[in-house]
Amino acid sequence: MIVAILIMIAIGTVLAAVLAGSASSTAQREQLLTERINERLPQTQCGRCTFTGCKPYAAAIARGEADINQCPPGGDATAKVLADLLGRPPKPVDPRFGVVLPQPLVAWIDEPACIGCTKCIQACPVDAIVGASKFMHTVITAQCTGCELCVPPCPVDCIEMRTVTEVALS
Amino acid sequence: MTFATSPAPHVIAPNSVRRVMGLVLFALAPAIVMHVVFFGVGLLVQLFLGVIVALVSEAIALKLRRKALQPFLTDGSAIITGVLLAMCLPPLAPWWLVVSGSAFAVLLAKHLYGGLGANPFNPAMVGYAVLLVSFPAQLTQWLPPQLADLQLLRPGVGDACYTIFMGHLPAHLTWDAITSPTPLTSMRNSLSMGLTMQEAQANPMFGSLGGRGWDWINLCILGGGVWLLVLRIIRWHIPFAMLAAIAIPAAVMNAVDPGAYPGMTFHLTAGASMLGAFFIATDPISAATSNRGKLMYGAGIGLITYVIRTWGGYPDGVAFAVLMMNAAVPLIDRYTVPRVYGHTR
Amino acid sequence: MTPALHGGLRLPGNKQRSTQKPLRLLPAPAQVVLPLDQHAGAAAIAQVKVGDRVLRGQLIARADSEISASLHASIAGTVRAIEPRPVPYHRNGPSICIVIDNDGSDAAVSVAAVDYAAFDPRALCEYIGNGGIVGLGGAAFPTAPKLRRGQRSDGPQLILNGAECEPWISCDDMLMREHAQQILRGAAILCHALQATRCTVVIEDDKPVAESAMRAAQAALHDERIVIQSVPTIYPAGGENQVITAVTGLEVPASGLPSDIGVLCHNVGTAAAIARWIDNGEPLIRRIVTVTGSGVCEPGNLEVWLGTPMSELIVRSGGYAGSIARLLMGGSMMGLALPGDDLPVVKASNCLVAALPEDLHLRGMEMPCIRCGNCSEACPVMLLPQQLHWFARSDDCAALESLGLMDCIECGCCDYVCPSQIPLAQRFREAKPALIERLTSRQQALQARQRYEARDERLERIEAQRQAKLAEKRKAMTQNNQSGG
Repeated sequence: MIVAILIMIAIGTVLAAVLAGSASSTAQREQLLTERINERLPQTQCGRCTFTGCKPYAAAIARGEADINQCPPGGDATAKVLADLLGRPPKPVDPRFGVVLPQPLVAWIDEPACIGCTKCIQACPVDAIVGASKFMHTVITAQCTGCELCVPPCPVDCIEMRTVTEVALS
Repeated sequence: MTFATSPAPHVIAPNSVRRVMGLVLFALAPAIVMHVVFFGVGLLVQLFLGVIVALVSEAIALKLRRKALQPFLTDGSAIITGVLLAMCLPPLAPWWLVVSGSAFAVLLAKHLYGGLGANPFNPAMVGYAVLLVSFPAQLTQWLPPQLADLQLLRPGVGDACYTIFMGHLPAHLTWDAITSPTPLTSMRNSLSMGLTMQEAQANPMFGSLGGRGWDWINLCILGGGVWLLVLRIIRWHIPFAMLAAIAIPAAVMNAVDPGAYPGMTFHLTAGASMLGAFFIATDPISAATSNRGKLMYGAGIGLITYVIRTWGGYPDGVAFAVLMMNAAVPLIDRYTVPRVYGHTR
Repeated sequence: MTPALHGGLRLPGNKQRSTQKPLRLLPAPAQVVLPLDQHAGAAAIAQVKVGDRVLRGQLIARADSEISASLHASIAGTVRAIEPRPVPYHRNGPSICIVIDNDGSDAAVSVAAVDYAAFDPRALCEYIGNGGIVGLGGAAFPTAPKLRRGQRSDGPQLILNGAECEPWISCDDMLMREHAQQILRGAAILCHALQATRCTVVIEDDKPVAESAMRAAQAALHDERIVIQSVPTIYPAGGENQVITAVTGLEVPASGLPSDIGVLCHNVGTAAAIARWIDNGEPLIRRIVTVTGSGVCEPGNLEVWLGTPMSELIVRSGGYAGSIARLLMGGSMMGLALPGDDLPVVKASNCLVAALPEDLHLRGMEMPCIRCGNCSEACPVMLLPQQLHWFARSDDCAALESLGLMDCIECGCCDYVCPSQIPLAQRFREAKPALIERLTSRQQALQARQRYEARDERLERIEAQRQAKLAEKRKAMTQNNQSGG
């Protein structure tokens, strides 16, 4: 009987070693989780969550350093999707990180006022503004994610956020 | 004037889960009565225990999952699990057999997977399989049918209750004296001893259709099943496929070697063929979705049942066959999605 | 031989009580409210302003784009307001409406009758559009663009849908009984507009009076092109795709249109409206509305001027009789439960059911799906509502799309038979726009991410080039220093 027990222990040890060896490392698991979280974020790259983009925010959630309700552009829907993914109770977006807007806004340049300084073009994380130095700048509305990073740099304050219908009618 | 609103449609059929389960129980009633007529009141005690434990387990599970007790406790699904399990056990089985089987079925096979509608395996069959594998001896202690011409010792009502609740027989009875193998076991033993099938069937326990007593019970189950078909509670695909997949191999093997292989009528009226076809395999939650899938599912169960009966290690294979096909259901569903209107495939 | 409808339900029709009396034309109301977007497609653009005097039948809003319809005044009077008002259809909130106060003059614009045969088919389609004609079967799809799409060189097969399969609704039944010639006249006009050589009028077999009236009119007309076909009474045999399959044996391809298989289907009421416009010069400004249910004292069919408040229809039907459980616009399977009765009659209003509790059977508490399969047996589109339900709950867009969620006609058959009382039709109704939106926003997010990563990579590349140049310069300088200094 002792022999039987020893054999079972040996088989168990071997299998455990095989499993442990083939399991992904913590780093790999974290990377996979970051990717999964990033897929569910709206990719606005606005930085309201206090991180420099959506992927850094996703990595922070995966490491446990950030909460799931820091993304106003994603709104409560994204917070719920993240909660479902991570198996946590859902919570609404924390107003300290920004206001959840009822309608998405896009940037709009008042073209007569634009001085062609390219500061907004450099600020846009998704290259949604076309233009060049001393040439007119304009926002490609379809590509604008509404991150609002272009608004502060403009020296003549000619960029503002408007709804898509307002932009279409102007 | 203002009015309340709700989304369309505003009429729905007066149907409910409770109604469906209730009708299934009604359909089982004649078979239960026949069973008691032939084999004594033991079944009633088993039913009582099985149902009570199933309901208690359901309540415990709902509480643990922090769900409201109503309407789940009274929707009838736990009662059906208890009833089907009890019907699969010998009438004098000790109380702890049906209690542990029923609790296992409801707690582990149903609620661990998510409760009503979410279990991939048939809970009653999971419970039965666990009991069969863990306590094989107790599950062979079947009684002979109470027929006038069979001179066998019969335990009375008091003896039956004593046996069940005490877990052992009263002093004046022994298992050898009162038990008798089921028709399937008897046939199997006879064939393995070298008798031909005809000689095996000469035993007074067998009638013209199958085992006496058992044939009546199976006919009642068939009647109940047909009634459910007429009411459209179940569809014909699974029962038809399962019975065909038992009958056709049986007929073929019987034609090949009539002495060694029992024929179609025997197999259809023996064991849990009818109960399985109309009440167990048709459990919608663990069965395939589309009609084509149901045919494959039923056929798989029937075929595996026949194989286990004829060449496998157990006298009846319905439970294991059902569980194996339950595991195959996601695959079947994936490949039998029916064509939608306007699509080419 | 009519190809059998898959699934479907046999439901009590409840139509007898509203077909006992002949049609009644209601007098013009004191005020009408005409929403600009009461048809599928883009809202019409108002052509009048507040304070204008308008005549009955005058154009007050123009069709805006390819899929749009014009709107005409249903009474003579003054435009009181053009403002948002609550409307009886699925919209998020009120719609802009033109509100006209009746001045009692009952003056109408006079539009001459036209000889449709003189028009060339394309021009006839345009002219039909000028009358504000939309589908009167309930979907209110603008007829002119539908006709334009249906025009083919060899002429499509025309089908007129008089099935009216949904319980309670009987307006098409009464129209066929009393205005059969007008319907067939509309059929002739449509045949000319489409160059169709054949027109089949489909009637369910629970309308024997209507069917004999139509057959009598057809016999008197001696038009070889027109055929009357009877179909078994099953809900929803009157759905457009179901009717087309019943007549032609073909299936309308998924994400396609009936014109793709050379068929065009119109409601009998639409045909009658076209005839009225061509022959009498009256655009679409009135329609028949069934007012029924145990909750009205005198159920019947009324011919109503568009924009009339529904409360007026109830008053003219003897008022409410009892405590109303629901006021439905439409039938009991697909009708919209209205929050109040001060909403206007629109082009899509075919029926008003003031339902008492005994007329309905509302669902109880929702239980989990027990996978019984009743739903897929009942589905006329041969879907698997059970699977759609599971995937709608888990937001699995790809699975919903491949299982055919967009093919669902929202008939409610699956809902009706579900023992767990799951509101399946509502789930699918909600899942469809959600599916489209989710697919679009996932696509947009993916694009934004690609642009972001491309920009990141570009900036890194520029930075690396700059560093490389700097390193070279430094190396050149140190070499210079070494060799020079």
